[in-house]
Amino acid sequence: MSSVTLRVNGGAHTVDIDPSTPLLYILRNDLGLQGPRFGCGLGQCGACTVIVNGAAVRSCITPTSSVKGEITTLEGIAKDGTLHPLQQAWIDEQVPQCGFCQNGQIMTAKALLDKNPNPTDEQIRDGMARTLCRCMTYYRVQAAIKRVAKGVA
Amino acid sequence: MTPFTPIPAHIEELLEERFGTTSRRDFLKTSGMLVVSVSVAALAGPFAPGANAQVAGPYPDPNFRQLDSWIVIHENNTATFYVGKTDCGQGTGTAFRQMMADELDIAYDKTTCIMGSTDVTVDQGGSGGSDAIQTDGWPMRRVAAEARRVLLDMASARFAVPVAQLTVREAVITVSADPSKRVTYGELIGGKRFNVALTGGDVNATAGVARVKPVQALSIVGLSPQRYDIPAKVDGSLTWAVDVKLPGMVHARNVKPPVAGATLVSIDESSVRGIPGFLRVVSKGNYVAVVCEREEQAIAASRRLKVNWRKPATPAFPKSEDLFNYMRGATPTSSQGPNVTGNPDTALAGAAQIIDAEYEIPFQGHTAFAPAHAMADPSNGQMTIYSNDMKSYGLRAGVAQFLGIPREHVRVVWMEGPQGYGRTAADDAGFEAAFLAKEIGRPVRVQWMRHEETAWDTKGPAFTVKMRGGLDTRGNLIALDYNARAADYCHLGYNEAETVLIAQLMGTRRATPAAGSSATPSDMYVIPNTRTATQVVSLPLVWETPLRTGNLRDPNGPQSTFAAESFIDEMAAAAKADPVEFRMRLLAASTTDDSGFKRARSIAVVKAAAEAYGWDARPSPNARGTGNILTGRGIAYTFRSQTVVAEIAEVEVNRRTGHVWVKRLVCAHDCGLVINPEGLRRTIEGGMLHSLSRALHEEVTFDTEKVTSVDWNSHPTLTHADTPARIDVVLVNGDPNPNRPDLPHYGAGETVCKPTLAAVANAIYDATGVRLRRVPFRDGRVLAALKSAGV
Repeated sequence: MSSVTLRVNGGAHTVDIDPSTPLLYILRNDLGLQGPRFGCGLGQCGACTVIVNGAAVRSCITPTSSVKGEITTLEGIAKDGTLHPLQQAWIDEQVPQCGFCQNGQIMTAKALLDKNPNPTDEQIRDGMARTLCRCMTYYRVQAAIKRVAKGVA
Repeated sequence: MTPFTPIPAHIEELLEERFGTTSRRDFLKTSGMLVVSVSVAALAGPFAPGANAQVAGPYPDPNFRQLDSWIVIHENNTATFYVGKTDCGQGTGTAFRQMMADELDIAYDKTTCIMGSTDVTVDQGGSGGSDAIQTDGWPMRRVAAEARRVLLDMASARFAVPVAQLTVREAVITVSADPSKRVTYGELIGGKRFNVALTGGDVNATAGVARVKPVQALSIVGLSPQRYDIPAKVDGSLTWAVDVKLPGMVHARNVKPPVAGATLVSIDESSVRGIPGFLRVVSKGNYVAVVCEREEQAIAASRRLKVNWRKPATPAFPKSEDLFNYMRGATPTSSQGPNVTGNPDTALAGAAQIIDAEYEIPFQGHTAFAPAHAMADPSNGQMTIYSNDMKSYGLRAGVAQFLGIPREHVRVVWMEGPQGYGRTAADDAGFEAAFLAKEIGRPVRVQWMRHEETAWDTKGPAFTVKMRGGLDTRGNLIALDYNARAADYCHLGYNEAETVLIAQLMGTRRATPAAGSSATPSDMYVIPNTRTATQVVSLPLVWETPLRTGNLRDPNGPQSTFAAESFIDEMAAAAKADPVEFRMRLLAASTTDDSGFKRARSIAVVKAAAEAYGWDARPSPNARGTGNILTGRGIAYTFRSQTVVAEIAEVEVNRRTGHVWVKRLVCAHDCGLVINPEGLRRTIEGGMLHSLSRALHEEVTFDTEKVTSVDWNSHPTLTHADTPARIDVVLVNGDPNPNRPDLPHYGAGETVCKPTLAAVANAIYDATGVRLRRVPFRDGRVLAALKSAGV
């Protein structure tokens, strides 16, 4: 066990952990965050996605000790009580079914749009292709992303 | 009473409404952690929610024959509805609120709904069979209408005027002749009990004196209020079943047998004793779990624990490549039929054309997005299970039986979880958590790992279906022979204490395994001579097998409909008839109908789908182009109960790679009275795409001793890249009297899962002239079929 300091959603948190522990378990069990979730533990589905230094990262396979930058989770993307445009678009488009994967959908979409605010349909499909949903809400996820890209939301 | 009870998500909402202050997010900000010590008792106010609610336990069954079990009116003139259903993400909770608010005459946004927690909601069975709106909606409407009647009676007494001279609008009752005389529901009964007895032989028959409103008087039903559960699902504030944290809790992981049917010989506990936080290895029979203080420690221990297993003497099952040959050669464990109309043998003997075909559908898994999980708390001499079990009442009864404790000492708090679709009706983790919590004496959280879930979850049964059809000289379908065989012996799916996996691994054996079932086609075609027969076959290993079958989103419908609706298309092609026109002829060949007008409504949906698509009448296959991309369209139609649906798929098939892209999907859907059109559209979209995943990707693979499809690489699923560019959903009301005041509301969800596989196969045939009779249509299989046909 050793002391590790993480910067998450604008705050700093010091935890005493085995530093090889995947970031996901620290965020969930030590910091009490509920946005990132366990889906596969293999980096295949995207349920655990957080944003580190602007990149969508699969926290279930990321050793905590390897994380150096600011971590943003689903809880941290609203600003001053206003939902992020993607979150609002998700509500307007009524995207989720069960909703369990939607952390991954929203956080991956955010990283995508932050890099490319006006993606083509093809770029959305490619950029989101490794973020899975078993209720198959893909059609509405893509519609919500396009809403934000077009500034509708 | 337990000091540990956290606030379940659905109760949190009520808390907010009543007290307006205590949100979980505020707690997080101030406490910096998740454990919330405010107990459900804080909710109690004048009396606990639901007629029989006890916070400390025991937990007797809420009495469905008491109005107070269903509806609580608060002093601030809002209402909370308590229903014994769960919402797997299709927005049924929102729909229940609409139906009940409409009957009660209260604004939708002045209501909340609590679902599926066994101590506070009556037992309506939880979810299953897409029957929430169709079956359970009726008692909900009737009890809400009864509450309105009682409130009007109270106002009548207060103002000393007959009920007929009162007006009620949005939970305010006024004297019609003198609107200054007004009283709110909250003023009449807020915080007090109705104490009104209801009648009904079972919960579905629950009724009061009042009658439900005619359709024309409903003003909230038919609108599309946004789902109330969505905001917390997109801002990260929802507490899911996976999120429950309790003081003193520990984490458990299972150690599954490495091969099916293996017997535990010995465990070397020293292999994990050095792991920090290690507490115990718990084992009984072939069930093995490790328990640690922290989650990552339990995962490490489950990987490192040395267990000596003895392999079974004989193979557990044929390998997946040999499955269908095995099934064809097996002796059935049960058979149904043949059911015969007319004289199919004579008709086939005299037919101008005979077509034979055999269809194969492999085992397909639930492969839920996240693995099975539950938290069980043994505090206070009770057993509380925090679970996403869609059939929470069955879990409660099953756990009580499994642990040998009275039902009154078990409660299941239902919370949101990853998609159910039948998986959580055989809720292994709930039983495991309860067993381990009893053993350890502390709250235990169990979660399966990905490879465990994908290998060992319940499976949709594999099918082989043989069909034979005969056409006369004019291309009329005069005879049809359908013979289906399902690998569905020892079917699970109702949380039975003796058949959940942990019970099997511990050596429990039911005297007779569940018989399982096959399925016959569900269509309204009129064919003069038919024979239908079905059989169930068993795999060699019956118990403790990862190829155990369960209820996968219409358990047999996608399989049987793939065969039946592909074959109708084959017959249409043989008759050189347009596939829509061929089906319409079969539907129109009679003028008699059933009580739900299913035949007339079938005609309506097939027509509506064709119109929405812009269907050009011509026989399949289409003339093939010369480029790499071949395009085509296919239709399939079916019903489930009284819900009828027609789907059209448009495909692009890459003749160089075999890749199939379903570019467009159209669905015409008639489920009678629609409660929430926008919610229904999304349910239909999701259901169709779920089956599209089954059509294109999904197959459980195995060798003779274990499942080999264990993650998202070895068990692929539909992705964003596969998503159609366009989906059109047409909501149809094909009732011969569409404005009838008693138009029923039927179910939605599973029906649309049935025809998608056939619609895609028929479209691929239209595009290429090649008929695929084996699911899934992965690139390699399609390419091989195209090559062997010289396409």
